[in-house]
Amino acid sequence: MRAAPAGLRMVRVTAGFVAGLAVTLLGLIVVTFLIGRVVPIDPALVVAGDRASPEAYAAARTALGLDLPLHEQLAVYVWNVLNGDLGRSTMTGLTVAEDVARVFPATIELAVAGTLIGVGLGVPLGVLAAARAGRLADHVVRAVALVGYSVPVFWLGLVGLLVFYARLGWVAGPGRLDVAWAYTIPEVTGFVLIDTVLAGEPEAMVDALRHLILPASILGYFSMAYVARMTRSLMIGELSQDYVVAARAKGVPEARILWRHAFRNISVPLVTVIALTFAHLLEGAVLTETVFAWPGIGLYITQALFAADMNAVLGGTLAVGLGFVLINRAADLIHRRLDARMRQEVRA
Amino acid sequence: MIHSETARLTTAGSLRHRLRHGLVRAGATLAIGLALALGLPGAQVQAATPPDTLVMAHYIDDVTSFDPAESFELATGEILNNVYLRLTVPDPDDFTKILGGAAESWTISEDGLTYTFTMRPGVKFHTGRPLTAHDAAFSLQRVVKLAKSPVFILNALGWTPENVDRMVVAKDDATLVLTMSEPFAPSYVLNSLSSSVGAVVDRTEAMAHETDGDFGNGWLKTNTAGSGAYRLVTWRPKEAVVLEANPDFYMGAPKMKRVIIRHVPEPTAQRLLLEKGDVDIARRLGTEQLKGIAGNPDLKVETEPKATIYYLAMNQKVPALTEPKVREAIRRAIDYQGIATNLLEGLYRPHQSILGAGSFAALDDLPYVRDVEKAKALMVEAGHPDGLDLTIDVSGTAPYRDIAQALQANLADIGIRLKIVTADTRQVLTKYRARGHELLLMYWSPDYGDPNSTVDYFARNPDNSDAGTAKTIAWRNAWKNDALGEMARAAVLERDDAKRVGIYHDIQRRLREEGPVAVMFQQTEPTAMRKPVEGWISGPAFDTYIYWRITK
Repeated sequence: MRAAPAGLRMVRVTAGFVAGLAVTLLGLIVVTFLIGRVVPIDPALVVAGDRASPEAYAAARTALGLDLPLHEQLAVYVWNVLNGDLGRSTMTGLTVAEDVARVFPATIELAVAGTLIGVGLGVPLGVLAAARAGRLADHVVRAVALVGYSVPVFWLGLVGLLVFYARLGWVAGPGRLDVAWAYTIPEVTGFVLIDTVLAGEPEAMVDALRHLILPASILGYFSMAYVARMTRSLMIGELSQDYVVAARAKGVPEARILWRHAFRNISVPLVTVIALTFAHLLEGAVLTETVFAWPGIGLYITQALFAADMNAVLGGTLAVGLGFVLINRAADLIHRRLDARMRQEVRA
Repeated sequence: MIHSETARLTTAGSLRHRLRHGLVRAGATLAIGLALALGLPGAQVQAATPPDTLVMAHYIDDVTSFDPAESFELATGEILNNVYLRLTVPDPDDFTKILGGAAESWTISEDGLTYTFTMRPGVKFHTGRPLTAHDAAFSLQRVVKLAKSPVFILNALGWTPENVDRMVVAKDDATLVLTMSEPFAPSYVLNSLSSSVGAVVDRTEAMAHETDGDFGNGWLKTNTAGSGAYRLVTWRPKEAVVLEANPDFYMGAPKMKRVIIRHVPEPTAQRLLLEKGDVDIARRLGTEQLKGIAGNPDLKVETEPKATIYYLAMNQKVPALTEPKVREAIRRAIDYQGIATNLLEGLYRPHQSILGAGSFAALDDLPYVRDVEKAKALMVEAGHPDGLDLTIDVSGTAPYRDIAQALQANLADIGIRLKIVTADTRQVLTKYRARGHELLLMYWSPDYGDPNSTVDYFARNPDNSDAGTAKTIAWRNAWKNDALGEMARAAVLERDDAKRVGIYHDIQRRLREEGPVAVMFQQTEPTAMRKPVEGWISGPAFDTYIYWRITK
């Protein structure tokens, strides 16, 4: 079969991606919408208040569109989303777009920092454990990882605060910035580390780092535990392959075998593992955000759900869903780059 | 078009220049910042709040609108009390008394229908405009016409969107004349005007931001136009509210130039922030945290009684609960003192009447004490020697969960097997409003300082059918007692305060003997603060917090 011209192939791939994205997000909207209607909380009650007059209550129901049949409510919502309108949050009084633009960067900042720590530690530890499988180093790494995925993050966060903030004073407390800075640094990107740099305030940036380091380390510890475990098992599988035995017999140095041969071969599944941990952190580390008073998307969606604030729940879920799809897409692209066989497939 | 071409080139050039300049500055900042960060790993972070700034760790999850005609949430109520001056205000030294606020004085006509207020001279809005009777009339009319959640307080005075322009009139800049539909007790009217709907809004500012006839509601959701001790400068939902002092405040410029209210949902985190001095006041410490800071020489705890009560609702749609003896048995089985001492540890005190101790016309006696033998005998007399199976709906948060478990044990002693159904507070409330419960634990906090706020809601039930629109507590528990409803009516029209207190005492006694609710506890609110903080006033209601007296 003759290969299609490069331009056409590009269009086809992009169109497929966009169609997949649309179907995924639509499915997400429908499911989230229906879950929101099953929650036994009256949204009009949240808006109007428990002691509102019958007229004020009825007005709130109409304003929320709750007097329409369910399928019409859904259709109205989807139509509005297609027109770029995510609606207004009853919980904050602002548009959901504004809310998401405010809370999502806080979560992304935390997730990126957490993933950097998790991958930076987890991968070398996993490789080390595999190389020393069954020996002391392996046992230590596995024990550390075991604690990582069995201790509740909430508890670890509180202990971390108690030790590193209250006792030792090495890091700053809950929140993203000290009050000295918090309301004077203009919000440009929503990423505090970047905004403090843009404002030309090195001390504020240090303060932001001090606030970020503890929650990011706690999250990083959890993703480290997962990444190290997966790296270890992937590496052990790879190290038992015949080519490794052959390479060893030929006298290739162990470090070279580990990093140049075995590690390179596990890098493709490892990308998936890393993408998964990152996505997991993105969907909102609700408990971490609670402990550290970190105004992120996980906390936003959870609180919105308990306030029956459906526009906020749907908008937040859509943002996270979009993040998920994009991360997966990025992981796919990296796979292609890393895996010669997949490049072949695409070319063929 | 050479001229404009040159201009565009110049703009592009300066943009590039600005961009480069910005990048250089950003790079420098990043470098210095990293150097500082790497250089300081073990250094103590010396946290202290600025001397002229009060920082408070609070729970401001429920802030949705700053418009006093719309907002009716806990955190907003408190903030609005400090941002808007109301027509009348409670005396901060004795909350059962009412003082002039934006209105300095008033006279009441012989027939009790006309109130003539003289506005306080010299009061200015944060915008610098003088506050006049026209602003006050506009603000009250606006509440009635917008008809949002808190409007019922003004509707009760007989004001409707149709008549409010006649009932609320500014005669001139200094004189406001209010007409009532009935000759109400003056304390009731003046207390109603001291609630959030009595807040005076800057008319010119609000109308400058009006869209689609909303009286500026859209804009005032996130902005303020008041004349209170503070003005709102920053609001970040679920993160922080920043207030700045009003130097022209009529009681003098507040000592604290800024008040920062931070949303810190986790009580342990609040405690740590307080101990480290990152906040001056922590508002949501639980029993555990309060015990933890008990010996700390830098901190103190001030505890004030609130008008909030916690009660057990007994739905009269459940046949067994309609029997007075069963209700009495339940009342006599509860270990009020034991639960307060052992489980609630000083945050709640036993209280058995609907008006909280410390409020006008409150009854503070405790006629019910745990008496298992008597309660068992009542169950037998009521025809339930084998006991009963009942469910109780409770919110999953403190103190409900603890109280429910204690009740389960208490009632088991008289043969009532209680099944606890836990849910989110709003879920419990939705079920309550649908009368779908058997037993249910709930709190009550009055909307304004007058007893009518509470008594009306517990006693009145004009239409007991499921279609009834007045979803009062009497209605929610399917309990109808017209005699009590009429007594409540008489009390609100009684202009002699002593007689009025007498009627309210009678109502409270009858309610606790015959009514569908068993009031069990009254809240006392502990506020933990750094030692130097002085002048903290929380008052009895959800919105009676006063910031302008605070020093540190």
